[in-house]
Amino acid sequence: MRVLRLEINGDHHEVGAPDHWTLLEVLRYGLGLTGSKQGCDKGDCGACTVHVNGRPVLACMTLAVLTEGARITTIEGLAGEHRRRGGAGVDPLQDAFDRCGALQCGFCQPGMLMSARALLEREPDPSREQIRQALSGNLCRCTGYTQIFQAIELCAAERAGRTPAPPSWSAQPPWDARSHSAPDAEPAPGVSLPQGGR
Amino acid sequence: MAARDQHGKSAPWSPTPGGEPQFQVVGTAQRKVDGLAKATGQALYTDDIRLPGMLHAKILRSPHAHARIRSIDCSAALALPGVHAVLTGASMPIKYGVIPWTPDENALAVDKVRFIGDEVAAVAAVDEETANEALKRIRVDYEVLPAVFAPEEALTRTDVQIHENPEKPGRGNLSKHVRLEFGDVEQGFASADVVVEGRYRFHGTTHAPIEPHCAVAQVAPDGVLTLWSATQITHYVHRALARVLELPESQIRVIQPALGGAFGGKSDPFALEFCVAKLALVTGRPVKMLWTREEVFYAHRGRHPMQLAYKTGIKRDGRLTAVDAKILIDGGAYSSFGLVTTYYSGQLLTGPYDFPAYRYDSTRVFTNKPPCGPKRGHGSVQPRFAFEVQLDELCERIGMDPIEVRRRNWHGENTQTVNGQRITSSGFLQCLEAVERASGWKQRRGRLPFGRGLGVAGSMYISGTNYPIYPNKMPQAGIQLKVDRSGLVMAFTGGNDIGQGSSTLVRSIVAEELGLDPRDVRVLAADTDLCPVDLGAYSSRVTFMVGNATIDAARKLRRLIQGAVADSWQVSPQRVFMGRGEVFDLEDRSRRISTREAFHIAEERHDTLGSTGSYNTPTLGGDYRGGTIGASPAYSFTAHAVEVQVDTETGRIRVENCWIAHDCGRAINPMLVAGQMEGSAYMGIAEALMEEHDINRHGLHAGPSLLDYRIPTSVDTPELHALIVESLDPEGPYGAKEAGEGPLHPALPAISNAVFDAVGIRLRELPFSPGKVLDLLEQRAASSPSGRLHRTPSALEEARP
Repeated sequence: MRVLRLEINGDHHEVGAPDHWTLLEVLRYGLGLTGSKQGCDKGDCGACTVHVNGRPVLACMTLAVLTEGARITTIEGLAGEHRRRGGAGVDPLQDAFDRCGALQCGFCQPGMLMSARALLEREPDPSREQIRQALSGNLCRCTGYTQIFQAIELCAAERAGRTPAPPSWSAQPPWDARSHSAPDAEPAPGVSLPQGGR
Repeated sequence: MAARDQHGKSAPWSPTPGGEPQFQVVGTAQRKVDGLAKATGQALYTDDIRLPGMLHAKILRSPHAHARIRSIDCSAALALPGVHAVLTGASMPIKYGVIPWTPDENALAVDKVRFIGDEVAAVAAVDEETANEALKRIRVDYEVLPAVFAPEEALTRTDVQIHENPEKPGRGNLSKHVRLEFGDVEQGFASADVVVEGRYRFHGTTHAPIEPHCAVAQVAPDGVLTLWSATQITHYVHRALARVLELPESQIRVIQPALGGAFGGKSDPFALEFCVAKLALVTGRPVKMLWTREEVFYAHRGRHPMQLAYKTGIKRDGRLTAVDAKILIDGGAYSSFGLVTTYYSGQLLTGPYDFPAYRYDSTRVFTNKPPCGPKRGHGSVQPRFAFEVQLDELCERIGMDPIEVRRRNWHGENTQTVNGQRITSSGFLQCLEAVERASGWKQRRGRLPFGRGLGVAGSMYISGTNYPIYPNKMPQAGIQLKVDRSGLVMAFTGGNDIGQGSSTLVRSIVAEELGLDPRDVRVLAADTDLCPVDLGAYSSRVTFMVGNATIDAARKLRRLIQGAVADSWQVSPQRVFMGRGEVFDLEDRSRRISTREAFHIAEERHDTLGSTGSYNTPTLGGDYRGGTIGASPAYSFTAHAVEVQVDTETGRIRVENCWIAHDCGRAINPMLVAGQMEGSAYMGIAEALMEEHDINRHGLHAGPSLLDYRIPTSVDTPELHALIVESLDPEGPYGAKEAGEGPLHPALPAISNAVFDAVGIRLRELPFSPGKVLDLLEQRAASSPSGRLHRTPSALEEARP
C-alpha cells in the first residue's frame, strides 16, 4: 500500500492503493471514475483506454505507480479539456459520436473516444485507413465500426469546414442527428470559469 | 405563448425544407436518449454501482466436465477473515429454466456438474481477493464420470447420461426432437429437374459483449430485494428469482442499468443473479459479482453447433419443388432456450421463398460443454447458411443467375408459408434489387479477375414471437405515460434498452404522437417496480411490440388533450392539431397554444394526466403441435451481396464490401436501423471468417479471451453498405418491423457463394479458415474440370499473376 499522487483531468489526487494496482483499478475503485471500462482486464479490448501525457494507453495494463507525475485524462475529462480551450458543451467528437449513432451499448466507447481523440490531435484530418489503424486496439461488438468511422470523419470534416458525403442509407441531408445539439454555453452573468491551459 | 415554450433553431423539425412532412420525428435520424451520457462516461453500468458496505462475491466452478458431487466442505473458507458467507447448491435446490417446460438448471450444482465451469459454490467476502482466496479453500469431493463431447456420441451412448429422463430411461442426452412435414416431399423431388444433396456444418460461436456479466443485490430493511443486473430480460429474471429464492414476486425488484452489449447472451437467468441475491439476503449486506472474461466465455449460451444435411429440388425454370433437412444440434449441458432453438432450426426457413413441400427433422442433444442458447438470429442462422449455399449450387446446376432464382421463388405479400406462417409485408424483391444495383452484379458477377468474386444470399426473420415464453393472455408489451405540468412527458417501459435504442424508440414515438420536441420526453426503462411488464429484448420483438404499445398509450393521451382543448376552444376535436411543440386550430392557425399550456387545460378538465398502452399479438401459427413457434406478427427480409478476394497462396478470404439491403418495414430512426444492419453484418462476417467457440476434447475452451477468440477489429471489418428498404407493414408501428437480427443471416452464405464465384470452390463448413480453402482448392485442381464452372481451372491458372 502506498499513497499515489496523480494528476487526473486537471485535478491533483492523493490516493492510497496497493502497489500492484493498475491505473484502471485506481480510477474505478480508488477514485470512483467509472467512465473507463473493464471488458477483459488484460489488454485485449481497449475499453479502459485513457490518455497519459496525451498518448492513448490501456489503463488495465499500466501500473498506477508508473503514472505519477504524468498528465492523465479519462473520458470524464474530455469535455473539461474542451471547455478549458474555450469550447462549450461536450467535446465535438463526443457530440459527433452521438449524432452519427456510433454509441450503441456504449461500453467500448470511452476507450474508443480516447483513441479517436488522440488520433485527431496528431492527424486532424485522417483518412479512413488511418482511422482503422488508430482504432484497431479498441474492440466494438455493436456497430461494425462504420458509424464510428463516420463520426470521426464528420468531426474532422466540420473542423476543416467541409461537409462529408452522406452514408449509403441516407436519401437526403441532413442524415445525422444534428438536431437538439448540446446547449451552447455562453457564460451567464455572475459566473466565472477558468480558461486556457492548466 | 410563453417565451419558454418557443422552440428554437435546434428543434428537430426546423431543417425540413418545403411543406409539412408526413411525420415530424419518425423517419429522421434522432439522437439516442443515452447517447451523450455514454459518450461522456456518465452512464452507469452494473459494475459502476458501488453501495455502502458492499461485499464482493465469486463463484467456484467445476474442473470436471462430468462428475457427481459427493460432498463439499466449506469450513476452511468460512474461517478465512473477511468471508461473510458461503453458498452451495443445497441453499437453492429449486430448478429453473428460461423455458418453463425444461427447468433443468440449478443456481449452484446440487448433485452433479455437467461441464467444466459449471457453478458449484459461491463466496461473499469483503473484497474480490478475499473471495478468490476463500474459493481455493473449499474442498469438493467429486466422483468423476465419463463425459461426452460429440453430439453423435451423446445420442447413442446410454451408459453416460448427462440428465436423467425418468420417462425414457437411457434417453437422458436427448434435449429435444422435432420432425415436421408439410406438403408432399417425395412428389416434390420426383417433379424436380435437379436435386442437390449436401452436408453442412456450423461450428459454434459466442456473443462476446464487451461488458462482462455483473449483478448487484441489496435487501432493504423491509425485506424487499433489489437486483441490478446486466440482463436483457428483466421480467424473466424477476420470475426466476421468485421461484428459486421462494419469495413473492412483489418482494423483488429487478433493474437493468445501462447495458454493455448482449446479443442474446444475457437473456437466460444466470447463477450470479441468484447468488448475489441469496448472499444479500443471508448477509444483510449489498453484494456484487462481476464475471471475468473467462467466466463469460464459459457462461456462453451462444450459437449452437449444428450438423445439417439438406436436399433440395428445383425445376429448370428456377422454381423450388421440395426441401428436406436433417439437423443435429449440439446443445451443451443444459436446455436454456433449446426447445425453441430446435423448432426454429426448421420453422424459420420457409421464407422468403415459396416451396410446396418441406420436411425437417431436428434433434438437440446434451453434451458436457458450456450450454448453448440464443444468439442474434436464434436457431435460424445455421440452417439459413446451409440452405442458401445449396440454393447457389442449384442455380449453378440449372445455369441461372442466383438473384434471378431467388426472385422467381419469392413468396409474395399477404400470403402463407408452407408451414402455415402468415406473411403480411415483404420487401424482399426490393432488397434483391438494391444489392444487385449497388454491387454492380450484372456487370461484374462471374467477370471479375480470378480470386475475386461476388455472392448473394437472402433471409427472413421474425419481428417478435407470437407465443410468449410462459403461457398467458396478458399483453406482451406495456407502456405508461405521465404528463407533467412542466411540459414534460415521462414514459415508463419494461423494455430493455441493450444498446439497440429501444428507449429512444419510445421517445421518438411519444414525441411524434404528441407533437413534442423529443427532448421533452424522458424514458425510464427496465425497472420492475416502476415500469409495466414487457417481455424484454429478445426475438427482435422490441420495435414491433414496444412501438405499438407506445403508439397506443400516446394516442389515448392525445385524444384526452385534443378533447380538452377542443372544448375550451369550442371547436370539434378533429380541428385540434398537436405538432412542433404546439397545439393549433387547423382551420384558424392563428389560434395556437404551446403543448405545455394544452397539458394544463387537459389537467384542469381530467385531473392528473396519464395513460397506459399495450400490445398483444393476434392468434397466429399453424394448426399443429409447435405451429405457434416461429409465428410472428411480421417478418423482416434481407439480401446481402458481398465481394471477396481469395488469396490462393495463403487460403485467406478477405471480404472487401458487403451490401446489406434490409426490409425493416419503416425506418423510424434510420440512423439506428443502419447501425443494427451494419452491426449484424459485421457479426455474421465474423462468424464466417474468424470466430470459433471451440471446446476441446477435454471440455476446455480453446481460448477464453478476447485475444484468442478473434472478434474483428476495425482493420478486419470490411466496408459495410446499409441499404434500407421500407415495405410498410400493415400492423407494425408506422409500418415498422425488426432490424436487429435479420440482417445477420445472409452474410455467411453470401461469403461462401462469393468464394465460389471467385475460385470455384464450395465452402460448406464454417468457419472458412485458410486451411479449408487450401484443401478445397487442392481437391478442385486434382479433379477434372466439371465444365459447368464459368471459369475452368486451366483458365484460372492462366489468370494468375
